[in-house]
Amino acid sequence: MEDGILTKLTEVFRDVFADDSLVLSREMSATDIDGWDSLAHITLMLSVQRAFHVRLSASETSQLQNVGALIDLLHSKQGH
Amino acid sequence: MIDFAASRSRQEPRGAIDPMSDELFAELSWLPRAPGDFSERCKALIGSEGPQGERVRALASYALDENKLNRLAKVINALRASPGAIHPLAPFRLGITSNATTHYLVSPLIATAARHGIALECIEGKFDQSAQEALDPASAINRARPDAVLLALDYRGLPLRSMPGDAAGASQAIAAALEQLDAIRNGFRANGDAICILQTLARPVETSLGSLDLALPGTPRHLVDGFNRRLVERLGGSQDFLLDVAGLAESVGLAEWHDPTLWNIGKIPFANRFLPVYADFVCRLIAALRGKSRRCLVLDLDNTLWGGVIGDDGLPGIVLGQGDATGEAFLNVQRTALELRERGVVLAVCSKNDDETAREPFRNHPEMLLREHHVAIFQANWNDKATNIRAIAEALSLGLESMVLLDDSPMERGLVREILPEVAVPELPDDPALYARTMLAAGYFEAVTFSAEDQRRADIYQENALHIALKESATGIDDYLRSLGMTIHFRPFDPLGRSRIAQLINKSNQFNLTTRRYSEAQIARLENDPAFFTLQVRLTDSFGDNGMICAVICARNQQDWQIDTWLMSCRVLGRMVEHAVLEEIVRNARLQGIRRLIGTYLPTQRNKLVEEHYGRLGFDLLERADDGATRWELAVDKYLARNPPITVAQS
Repeated sequence: MEDGILTKLTEVFRDVFADDSLVLSREMSATDIDGWDSLAHITLMLSVQRAFHVRLSASETSQLQNVGALIDLLHSKQGH
Repeated sequence: MIDFAASRSRQEPRGAIDPMSDELFAELSWLPRAPGDFSERCKALIGSEGPQGERVRALASYALDENKLNRLAKVINALRASPGAIHPLAPFRLGITSNATTHYLVSPLIATAARHGIALECIEGKFDQSAQEALDPASAINRARPDAVLLALDYRGLPLRSMPGDAAGASQAIAAALEQLDAIRNGFRANGDAICILQTLARPVETSLGSLDLALPGTPRHLVDGFNRRLVERLGGSQDFLLDVAGLAESVGLAEWHDPTLWNIGKIPFANRFLPVYADFVCRLIAALRGKSRRCLVLDLDNTLWGGVIGDDGLPGIVLGQGDATGEAFLNVQRTALELRERGVVLAVCSKNDDETAREPFRNHPEMLLREHHVAIFQANWNDKATNIRAIAEALSLGLESMVLLDDSPMERGLVREILPEVAVPELPDDPALYARTMLAAGYFEAVTFSAEDQRRADIYQENALHIALKESATGIDDYLRSLGMTIHFRPFDPLGRSRIAQLINKSNQFNLTTRRYSEAQIARLENDPAFFTLQVRLTDSFGDNGMICAVICARNQQDWQIDTWLMSCRVLGRMVEHAVLEEIVRNARLQGIRRLIGTYLPTQRNKLVEEHYGRLGFDLLERADDGATRWELAVDKYLARNPPITVAQS
């Protein structure tokens, strides 16, 4: 389940940051990815919602500390 | 009656977006889907030698989502750094100012502008500082001397506070908001020498008193409606232009358009998934300002203006007119074309048909709305459509970038896009009821003014349904055919295919060498008769399954095969299918010790198309009768393989 999320999430990150060599890990955060500022964060969150067919609230998207937290959030949303 | 092969292929899913859903606009359904290697193609543009404008435009002409638009915009910005690299896109400098966040608009606008032939440069004003940007001669926008400034204002940032029942207050509030706008417009004109593009306001979803909101002054609905109406009046006669965002938001659905979460997170004025269509709305207006709107609509006939194939189904057989859902759908296509003509769009016809056959409905079908005098150029022949469209453009003295082709066939659409990328060719859904909506959603004929001259324009182009001679055929068609990935499937007649074979044999008129009709029972008897060689032929390609498209019957006469019947669906003309079929006949002939193929052509009113069929395939003429019937022979051991770009399926 988590591997599936990571694979799909990697596609989304590559799409948003226009970097097809980007490799994600749970520990990565905004400081590790070129161009991940607050504006790009919104684009990223919108793309994630589209790709995973989930709706995230403002508080959920603003509290994320790293990629791992995002994976956990998506896991809980998809885990019914 | 419907073309048999055509109706089959319709049932196969092609993965197209269904514009019946609200995604018509959000997904830019009139554009082809982006290819899988889109990002590689973007990358390949960087560092390429010479002007890349055409390749950029080609990439921009796919249906791109926000992320793909952002990616392409990066490429465009990089190319702009080297002089000439973005040629021949026309430069346009756009200032953007708003009381909402404009950051997300910029890259989609830059990428989308390329779709419309524009190299767009954007200068963003400071957040919610429209007045300062306008009035300060040294502001970033004014210093940039833009061609136009987009005032992307949101109702939430204007002084339009809800005050139900307060008519005087509401009127004052609207007047104050408009005066603010006037000051901004005058500022940009005086300090930046720029025209302004003003947006109508998309009204909020939330109601106050319900339906009464519409009538009661001071409700949000009443305020926004009043503002929009007076804005439109104010712009009349000015040099500024209107962008009807309210209309767009209503078309896609206000509840979809407004996203309260996004507004709260970052003052984002509308749901980002509408960025692509918003950008297209802005850019088609900019293109219209630069005189780049399209001017000529080229119409296919069979299954585009009426249901069915006129050459096979005949005048009584085509589906058109009131009282039948499909017939009304095609009427609507015709009505739309006529309305476009009334506002100055020139109409032309381009169809694979005999000229006389194609004109018959225009002359004699009682339900036809379109008549010959509405059509400037009428090209019905068996040549490829790229060649014909180029000839139409030349005859009308219009550039190819002025042309739009409406055609139900994905294969023809693909061919014209491939050979003539300047021509706009909307993707169409399967249901003809949605043809007009889809084409109009693309906004090809955007206008910024409308004059009495426009009303007369269609007449200026002497509407006499002229047929023009073709000079030379388009090149590049072979490459396109190869890219279709055609696979052909051969089987002898069998019980499974029997009813369809019978249908083809009793219905095909145009590509039919002998027009001999056989009943299902007669066809069944051929199935295991060693005196006959039969073929039923199916064709698949990258667009799907074309269904059964050909039937052949050869009768053995000692060491000859007499080709008793050879017919094909006209949908697969010009694809070298007949060469692949002949190759299969010859292969079998050799296996069975046949020395000679004898072909016969029996002329009818409908099958002039195949008069030279056997000659084109390398047969030698044996005799020509007084009635025009011909007999041909091909010595099997002298047959030269033509290697058509079609794979034979191994069964």
